[in-house]
Amino acid sequence: MSYLTDQPIDAAALERSVLLRAHGASVVFAGVVRDHHEGKAVESIDYEAYRPMAEKEIGIVVESVRASFPDVAVAVQHRLGHLVVGDVSIVIVCSSVHRAEAFEACRQVIDRIKQTVPIWKKERGPDGEEWVGWQSAQC
Amino acid sequence: MKVRLLFFAVLRDLTGKAEALLDLPEGTRAVDVWNQLRGEYQSLAGYRHPPLAAVNEQYALPEQRLHDGDDLAFIPPVAGG
Repeated sequence: MSYLTDQPIDAAALERSVLLRAHGASVVFAGVVRDHHEGKAVESIDYEAYRPMAEKEIGIVVESVRASFPDVAVAVQHRLGHLVVGDVSIVIVCSSVHRAEAFEACRQVIDRIKQTVPIWKKERGPDGEEWVGWQSAQC
Repeated sequence: MKVRLLFFAVLRDLTGKAEALLDLPEGTRAVDVWNQLRGEYQSLAGYRHPPLAAVNEQYALPEQRLHDGDDLAFIPPVAGG
């Protein structure tokens, strides 16, 4: 299954895709478009990806976390396109026998996706629009 | 040699292009292409250090030499999640 989607994410379906009868814990993380960023009001975000590379990089993150937590099942979907405040941009499900490793695996998946996967966002608000991170990259 | 340069996000906005086919001398490195872009686009002049690069959908060092048929993309700061 593709990690990227242009449609709203069905978190319940994603959860069902990895939850086993042996699992006693299912951690579901949802990233949501917030109404502000670094002091500026945000109305919407356009998400864009280098799609084939982003698919590969999310796969690398998932495989790596699975290797660290062999008992944890992991599912990820990241939404692309035009999202407004309150929309869910990413859902990560980590299900396992017990909760401790599910929580830790989930945190690692989202932290690493934010660091390595070629996905960008253009924030739009009353003050204009901006590609997040670009201004501060100047040197 | 021919290299396909892909533009994403802020770089696509600034250049007005999604991709360009470059004809480059053998031995050209990713950073050389970046410096060429900085010469062409005033809005990139202040970005002396290239963003991360990707060659054929894998992260690459700026010093990586390119080969005929490669896809090259510069990866502005990522912001997924």
